[in-house]
Amino acid sequence: MTEQAIVSGREEKILGVIETARAKRAKFRDERITMAHGAGGKATQSLIEGLFVPAFGGTALSQMADAGEVAVDGATLALTTDSYVVKPLRFPGGSIGELAVNGTVNDLAVSGARPLALSLSLVLEEGLQADQLRGEVDAISLAARSAGVEIVAGDTKVVERGHADGMYICTTGLGRRDPRARLSPSGVTPGDRILLSGSIGEHGMAIMLARGEFELDASIESDTASLWPAVDALLDAVGPELRCLRDATRGGVASVLNELARSSSVAMLVREGAIPVQPAVAGAAEILGIDPMYVANEGKLVAFVAPEAADAALAALRSVPGCERAAEVGEVRTEPPGMVLVQTSFGGRRVMDQLVGDPLPRIC
Amino acid sequence: MRFVDEFRDAALGRAVAAEILSLVEPGRHYKVMEVCGGHTHSIYKFGVDDLLPANVELVHGPGCPVCVIPMGRVDDGIALAQLPGVIFTCFGDMMRVPGSNGSLLDAKAAGADVRMVYSPLDALRIAKESPDREVVFCAIGFETTAPSTALTLKRARAERVKNFSCICSHVTIVPPLRALLESPDLRLDGFVGPGHVATVVGARPFEFIPADYGKPLVVAGFEPLDILQAISMILRQLADGRCELENQYKRVVPYEGNPRALEALAEVFELRPHFEWRGLGFISHSGLKLAEAYADLDAERRFDVPGARVADPKACQCGEVLKGVIKPWECKVFGTACTPERPIGTCMVSSEGACAAYYNFGRFAREREVV
Repeated sequence: MTEQAIVSGREEKILGVIETARAKRAKFRDERITMAHGAGGKATQSLIEGLFVPAFGGTALSQMADAGEVAVDGATLALTTDSYVVKPLRFPGGSIGELAVNGTVNDLAVSGARPLALSLSLVLEEGLQADQLRGEVDAISLAARSAGVEIVAGDTKVVERGHADGMYICTTGLGRRDPRARLSPSGVTPGDRILLSGSIGEHGMAIMLARGEFELDASIESDTASLWPAVDALLDAVGPELRCLRDATRGGVASVLNELARSSSVAMLVREGAIPVQPAVAGAAEILGIDPMYVANEGKLVAFVAPEAADAALAALRSVPGCERAAEVGEVRTEPPGMVLVQTSFGGRRVMDQLVGDPLPRIC
Repeated sequence: MRFVDEFRDAALGRAVAAEILSLVEPGRHYKVMEVCGGHTHSIYKFGVDDLLPANVELVHGPGCPVCVIPMGRVDDGIALAQLPGVIFTCFGDMMRVPGSNGSLLDAKAAGADVRMVYSPLDALRIAKESPDREVVFCAIGFETTAPSTALTLKRARAERVKNFSCICSHVTIVPPLRALLESPDLRLDGFVGPGHVATVVGARPFEFIPADYGKPLVVAGFEPLDILQAISMILRQLADGRCELENQYKRVVPYEGNPRALEALAEVFELRPHFEWRGLGFISHSGLKLAEAYADLDAERRFDVPGARVADPKACQCGEVLKGVIKPWECKVFGTACTPERPIGTCMVSSEGACAAYYNFGRFAREREVV
């Protein structure tokens, strides 16, 4: 054996060790919960895969979809739940109440379920202004009406001052599986096209700027909106050719693509130049050193569509108000499995990895 | 974005990449070090390395100011953060750097008041808003960020802010470069010089690299075209048999640097006799501390700081990786004891460190063709 061959044999072995380690289910070994566990990246994944799923793991949960399925007398229902802890409570383009409705509605929608009903739990901080609460109640009511869901159950708790940033909201959503939908992560197939329902990064950037920590001014509004009209249009246009849907919330589009690439053992190639980003979002992201692909959205979905149905799906999306900037941004490939590659506008390719912690601004 | 997109033009990028290809001698392997972490970031972000022939290898240098902070210094920061009444402020990416027993993020989770700031002036503002607390700013970075710390300390002095102090881990770029160049097993053909540092110190301090060590150096900007052009300038020097300091970043970097920034540095800081670098060990005159005149604003003097030295783990070979002597996967602990989730050495700490990049993108990174 030549020296060259021995060396590459060793390298091959080490790459093998790494790949085996990466393919293993993430373990939860941290001593304490840090903010990274809530950021939607690797730490969140270790918490879900290393603690929750092993403890509770029925078949519905271990799919780790946006909503779990429950079969009742022949009907398939979808159930999902989410807590909202946003600071500040009101921000350009929306508020915590609107978010609490749309976020849960969207988890149902991207599971291919028509949203039917919500429950609403409020955790209120002692001292919260009644007018603020009234404002959020109005926002919840308006959002629920426009999303076509009814609020059918509720709960209220009050905690001492200093314990809840004004208010936390938890909503649980019930939906009915739409008969046109055949959505499943395992349906994602090499060759499928990746569609985005509009420009990205607005919600996360609006919140970051609204906190006023950066002394940056830009007119960026949260994109919070119900995704059911978009899902409805897609199902109508291409039905079973629609393979899988995800709403790109925490961790952004990058996290959604990474999760799916990993769970479906496929690669994804994304064309950076095709991704719609508002100039103000691009500018703020540039200054802060944050990639908009990792920034949260609250009204954008990623759709995986069979190649022959991609044009019809795109046209259907663009006909929905709020999705006029929908775009085909990439495709599913075979190699290298589990990875998301980006064709940069500059002409190079790079890996778009999972987020390791919170997206922290860089010093250099 | 105006004044940015012009430097990200794909057609121009292809043209420079073609020029690079024409300058490469078939069969020869080139190793070019980009000194600055900012360059490494741009290289990944834009996929610059993907436009290079595989026998032009980029070696990521010691210029990531976060990754080179040794464990003992992180421990000192955490000890300060845990003191009652202290608000500890630092840049975002510093929060993840592991000390011997966790990072600042972990300390925050355990109850310490650790806050991320964008500028030392934000830390000073927090101090003015919280007069009953002690606010410590964790100053890190090369000559790029040191002037903003200097100006903040000058302002704290002028405004008589009593509850503000600074733990200073500022470093200078020339000594570690000299240390790398002094090493007998160095295998580098040239350097992409640190544009941001040079904005402050000028291009002049890098003259010694071509003059004394016979390696071309091109000071470069941070847009992808800047970096490609700098690489092409280095390869052209090698092809022509020249060895010079060149300045690709003339639109920003004056040969003599920024005299006002240098003045502020000279007033507020003085050189430490030596400073420890993660992965590189002690390097003489490579770190800055607060000058005597500013001693009262020095957190290391105001508080009791452990100052314990925590040795880099013996198995760590970051130094060799940085010198280009070994590849990341040839290190004894790579991928086993040292991973991005539990990093040991500097090259694994930052996602842009050579080892972290190889860990994440290894197989993909090897797909390029060899000319």
